[in-house]
Amino acid sequence: MSEVVLTVKGLRVELESTGADIDDEVDFTIRSGEVLGLVGESASGKTTAATALLVHERRGAVVSRGEIVVSGKDVLGLSTAELRKVRGGLISYVPQDPSMSLNPALRIGTQLMEILEVHAFGASKEEREERVRQMMAEVLLPGDKTFLRRYPHQLSGGQQQRVAVAMAFACRPALIVLDEPTTGLDVTTQAHVLKTVRDLTHTYGVAALYVTHDLAVVANLADRIAVMYAGRLVEVGPRDTLFAGASHPYTRRLLASVPDLSGRHALRGIPGRAPLPGRRPVGCSFADRCDFTTDKCVEAFPPYEGPSDEHRVRCWRWQEVGAMSTAADFVPRSASATTRDGEAPVVTTRGVTAFYGPHEVLHGIDIDVRAGRCLALVGESGSGKTTLARCIAGIHPGTIAGGIRLRGHDLKRDSRRRPKPDRQAIQYIFQSPYGSLNPRCSIAQILSPPLRTFFRLSRAETERRMVEALEMVSLDESLLSVYPDQLSGGERQRVAIARALVAKPSVLICDEVTSSLDVSVQASIVELLVQLIDETGVAMLFVTHHLPLVRSLAQDVVVMNEGVIVEVGSVAAVLADPQAEYTRNLLADTPDVDRRGL
Amino acid sequence: MTPMDTAVQLVPEGPEIPLVAPARRRRREWVSTAKTAWALRRSKIGVILFVVILGIAVFGPFVAPYSPTEFVGKTFEMPNSVARLGTDNLGRDVLTRVLYGGRTVFTLSLTATVVGMALGIVLGMFAAYSRRVVDEVVMRLLDVLMAFPMIVFVLLIVSAVGTKPYLIALAVAVASAPRIARVARGATLEIVGRDFILASEALGVPKWRIMLTELFPNITSPMFVEFGLRLAYSIGTIAALSFLGFGLQPPAADWGLMINENRIGIVIQPYAVAVPVLMIALLTIAVSLMADGLARAIIGIDRKTGVE
Repeated sequence: MSEVVLTVKGLRVELESTGADIDDEVDFTIRSGEVLGLVGESASGKTTAATALLVHERRGAVVSRGEIVVSGKDVLGLSTAELRKVRGGLISYVPQDPSMSLNPALRIGTQLMEILEVHAFGASKEEREERVRQMMAEVLLPGDKTFLRRYPHQLSGGQQQRVAVAMAFACRPALIVLDEPTTGLDVTTQAHVLKTVRDLTHTYGVAALYVTHDLAVVANLADRIAVMYAGRLVEVGPRDTLFAGASHPYTRRLLASVPDLSGRHALRGIPGRAPLPGRRPVGCSFADRCDFTTDKCVEAFPPYEGPSDEHRVRCWRWQEVGAMSTAADFVPRSASATTRDGEAPVVTTRGVTAFYGPHEVLHGIDIDVRAGRCLALVGESGSGKTTLARCIAGIHPGTIAGGIRLRGHDLKRDSRRRPKPDRQAIQYIFQSPYGSLNPRCSIAQILSPPLRTFFRLSRAETERRMVEALEMVSLDESLLSVYPDQLSGGERQRVAIARALVAKPSVLICDEVTSSLDVSVQASIVELLVQLIDETGVAMLFVTHHLPLVRSLAQDVVVMNEGVIVEVGSVAAVLADPQAEYTRNLLADTPDVDRRGL
Repeated sequence: MTPMDTAVQLVPEGPEIPLVAPARRRRREWVSTAKTAWALRRSKIGVILFVVILGIAVFGPFVAPYSPTEFVGKTFEMPNSVARLGTDNLGRDVLTRVLYGGRTVFTLSLTATVVGMALGIVLGMFAAYSRRVVDEVVMRLLDVLMAFPMIVFVLLIVSAVGTKPYLIALAVAVASAPRIARVARGATLEIVGRDFILASEALGVPKWRIMLTELFPNITSPMFVEFGLRLAYSIGTIAALSFLGFGLQPPAADWGLMINENRIGIVIQPYAVAVPVLMIALLTIAVSLMADGLARAIIGIDRKTGVE
């Protein structure tokens, strides 16, 4: 077995001001040539733990306990000058957003040379230039002078991220920390970057820590997986063991909430939310959301135990949980959503062409959205899917040609010019609940405008309708008086959905409504949307870039690329046997959790 | 994930440390902003100074030993037992006139600032929300107005419409409105791009209503700071107008006017000039300190909660 490069023991990072724990009791090792996937939802402390490996503490945070040993060197004890040598040399880092991390004023060649010079890599300038060319070749970018003379903004997002990867590998580090490097990228680009990372780690025998919220990504990349929950590692183990049958309830529920392409099971979210630093209980932090909770769980946090040194779990009942069949985590998909059929389309577009200024971004789009069914609109960024959704909602600012019809009559281009019933019939839910709710308005103030606009209601009736809408999205009526910043991302998105529901729409347009949410939250939002279609018979247009989600929610799918429709069909048919080459590539590049064990 | 999501997750700042104690309520947020501001030494000094000067202006007339127009001695007498701060160019009591002279400064500058803020905010929000052509036209017109130095602009208006107190306040308001409009527009531009505005538009909520209920509550913080700054400027401008003889007319007691009346005797009786100068200076400093403290507190809070 290869040598251990990184050992982390009992790492605790806390807030300087309050002493609240961001991370605590974090233990793991990584061997050379191995990729450890550090998986966690937002605010689980994964990025903080990862940057602590470079002895970087973000403002207000401080490493208060623990030890980090990289290649026999205790990095926490190093002086600033020594640290400067270590960072980028012994340990390197690939940040989340390359457009933010590359210096926009320097040519990429200069930036690559700089890191080699700082770490005195190679004996001469020629040797370093040779190394730059070699690195560029390894990340599959051209290494010629003209390319190296480009500025970061002249590269695409994927190219930028590959430059960042090249910089990280340039000085042959022992350990490389990758912090969600593919989050902002399209699946195709993501697939390329992941392949590059995998190949380079194996070629150079580097130990890699890959931080991500996306289990599907690590499923294809990591050798071992560490699952983080509320600042603590709850399970560390080999990838295949974890996917075949994890021993921690959280890992299991997390896996069950990842949408998969096979679509054999319905998505199942995790109710509740993770405790924040400073409010974490003495006992197991997952206890209040767990199906296996006993008194012991509430009393004390379980120690690291497990079937082997390789596979360690922090759960009092890991043996029971591990022995259970994974089938118990999943609910079979209910068929009710797929039964409705044959109804006339509620919304149709015929030959819709849309412009942004002088640029034509949509070219003759025809779609039908039917009642009681969900039509998924899939495409990568720039495919025009959001533009189409906004054209239907009447909030596209540019010119539109072609016909958009609601139940047979033509819709005006601008929602302001549409008569009230048309505006009421089509409701739009935005991508980010952080931007779509006015932070200065209470939830009641957010929910009341649609009611005021569309219905003449008494005060009591308004209140009743708002409570009813909150109930439909499983929120408590006490939330009416709170403000959005008191809610979690998932709760905010539920409020946004409730705002659409109070109008009693016949068409619901969901624009990437889950893309800014954690997987477990995404799963419960999808559960909710499926249930809404079933109960209200609303017609849904679901815009997404994430193919596996389509399977969990929609019956029909439209695949778009560069403003044209490349494929239309039922979800089952398109995903099983895609006709267009574009769809085939998209499917191939989409990372998926292998659940053959099921 | 979208570019917007990744943009806020800059690595050095880090997305991982969540809020430990989120603000529970908007009202509480204001209380906490005020508390943060109060914790700064500059705002404490500012508030104390302001309260003292406000007290002089409000209660001064009740404790003044004489009438402001009463002759108590010869002209330009140094302080003595009859006139504690000496007498002015006509032999009136300087102390009495200082105690009387604050009210006009306060009322005029406050009126000017409030009216100016209202004008500026409406213009700025309107320009920012109208976008494109209307925005350009409004802002370029305001640029033209801003090309005049403020005092010259005010003098121009005052010389055209007269020197009644309310006209002076109005003139200062009109002169400061373009600058306020620019700040209001900047603050509004940040908000108009947010999805909740689009959400209201999709519902068909009237534009004026969106401005009032969605946009305005989101720009109150920067506008409060702007109010403090503009108030300080207004005090200076109104004092300067009085000094130049365009403001209040004799025999009214007013700090700016006093400086003008008594400047010829500055070598014989410096108090008649120095005390009103000091009052105006201290008041301006007090208001600036308060505005600065508030600005710092607001920025501090925005840093903690992320821009919301």
